[in-house]
Amino acid sequence: MLDNFAFGQYYPGTSVFHRMDPRMKIILLILYIAGIFCAGTLPSFAVPLLFMVFSIHMAAVPLKMVFKSLKPLRFILIFTFVLNLFFLQGERVLLDLGFARITREGLVNAVLYALRLVFLVMGSSLLTLTTAPVPLTDGLERLLSPLKAIRFPAHEMAMMMTIALRFIPTLLEETDKIMKAQSARGADFESGNLIQRAKAMVPLLVPLFVSSFRRAGELAMAMEARCYHGGEGRTRLHVLKMARRDYIALALGIVMVALTVALSRLTAGLI
Amino acid sequence: MDEIIRLENVSYAYEEDGPRAVEGLNLSFERGSFTAVLGHNGSGKSTMAKLMNGLFLPTEGRVTVDGMDTADEKYTWEIRKKAGMIFQNPDNQLVATVVTDDVAFGLENLGVPPAEMPERINWALKQAGMAEHAFKAPHLLSGGQKQRVAIAGVLAMRPEIIICDEATAMLDPQGRREVLSVMEKLNREQGITVIWITHFMEEAVRFSRLIVMDRGSVAMDGTPAEVFSDEEKLERMHLRLPVMARLSMKLRKENADIPLCLTAEDLAREAEKRWN
Ligand SMILES: Nc1ncnc2c1ncn2[C@@H]1O[C@H](COP(=O)(O)OP(=O)(O)OP(=O)(O)O)[C@@H](O)[C@H]1O
Ligand SMILES: [Mg+2]
Repeated sequence: MLDNFAFGQYYPGTSVFHRMDPRMKIILLILYIAGIFCAGTLPSFAVPLLFMVFSIHMAAVPLKMVFKSLKPLRFILIFTFVLNLFFLQGERVLLDLGFARITREGLVNAVLYALRLVFLVMGSSLLTLTTAPVPLTDGLERLLSPLKAIRFPAHEMAMMMTIALRFIPTLLEETDKIMKAQSARGADFESGNLIQRAKAMVPLLVPLFVSSFRRAGELAMAMEARCYHGGEGRTRLHVLKMARRDYIALALGIVMVALTVALSRLTAGLI
Repeated sequence: MDEIIRLENVSYAYEEDGPRAVEGLNLSFERGSFTAVLGHNGSGKSTMAKLMNGLFLPTEGRVTVDGMDTADEKYTWEIRKKAGMIFQNPDNQLVATVVTDDVAFGLENLGVPPAEMPERINWALKQAGMAEHAFKAPHLLSGGQKQRVAIAGVLAMRPEIIICDEATAMLDPQGRREVLSVMEKLNREQGITVIWITHFMEEAVRFSRLIVMDRGSVAMDGTPAEVFSDEEKLERMHLRLPVMARLSMKLRKENADIPLCLTAEDLAREAEKRWN
């Protein structure tokens, strides 16, 4: 159960990607997502693809780790692919099933959406694989801090994320323990149909919720005892500083989006 | 006497007009002292602890830490910086996903300049014997190690007092020994005032002063030898002496010149010294 937790895990290293400012990595991810949504044709997808290959190479993380993050998404992937396949009805029919038709346009569209989803997840996991949780939330907090002017709780959100990341392993461990204890008393989480299995989860979730509330209360008390009083007047251990590599990365990101848009325009008539 | 914490006629009720969790506490703690607080479940130990750093404010009476009244809002953060606290559950007091970041948490809250932090963090981790685990994730550490990270987190803030509320209750014997010896060292070498809440009678002997709480009040207050000599009173409060302590106290009553001993080895050694 603990091994399934690949998405959102940090892979320690010293690559350029690891050393980049977390803020720039977040900006780059946003640019990248913009890029993959600008890629409207299959040939134009070559640019985000190349960029991904290049990034994984620079980040020096095993390909296996990046692909592992896709595993939990396989059903959603198949579902969106099939849905898109029949959704867009074009001119050139590839297959007529009688009740529905698969057209060339529909197929291209389905492939594009699936690719976008895959690259979106790969891009995000590259960010979390190369950025430790604390710098990540630090970066997010600082990127969002201009929004404090309109009362957006940037600090509180970042703190919540840190605590969530800190407690996920603890709660998983606890779930495991409760599950084992209940299995020993004859509970069955593995067999039966969906409803039966969902029912078996109830005695698991109730103690988990109760203990989470207790934990939250105790943690709040411990944080107050250590002088926590919100984001005001707080300094940070990690000082974030943009370096040359960050600006180079930004330039590359912008070029990537521009290239994608251009290529997408050029190849628009080809399909 | 140089007094660092003072409780004057302190009472606390969790709900308005509710029962008093502690009642009429009059206590004073000397700077650099090493005190254990004992008591049955629900005797008010945790409530008293939280009154001593302003987490709770007294319903009645007054608590002062180094002369600062905990009820005075302008002192709240200075008091909490001065009087650090370690809680029972090691999991529920660590905030960050890496040990150093957790130790930094208190410093960040105090607004310490980032340039000063690494040195203070390293020092604190070394004091707690956790330097080699500085970059680990807390959930990969043992209970005793997690508690020592919590101690380092408090220590980095340069406190003068550390209050441990049953900090060893969830640990195995090995972890318990580690944590208590870190606190002993901090008291001896750094002169930190330690208030150690426990229900392990074995631990209590290592302190110079014992306070026994019962139903929200102080029932006994003295050296371990003084407190342990009234076995009947302790039993009435559901506190049982360790076997060897009972034996050595009995021998003392029979006028044997023997100190309070906890283990059979100690007792044998002391006996040999005197009767050989
Ligand atoms: N949050 C609360 N709300 C209401 N009453 C409480 C609360 N916490 C404790 N009490 C009550 O206050 C009294 C003192 O509790 P306290 O937790 O201080 O005891 P303790 O000596 O620390 O016990 P333990 O050994 O179980 O930790 C008890 O009677 C308890 O029921
Ligand atoms: Mg308690």
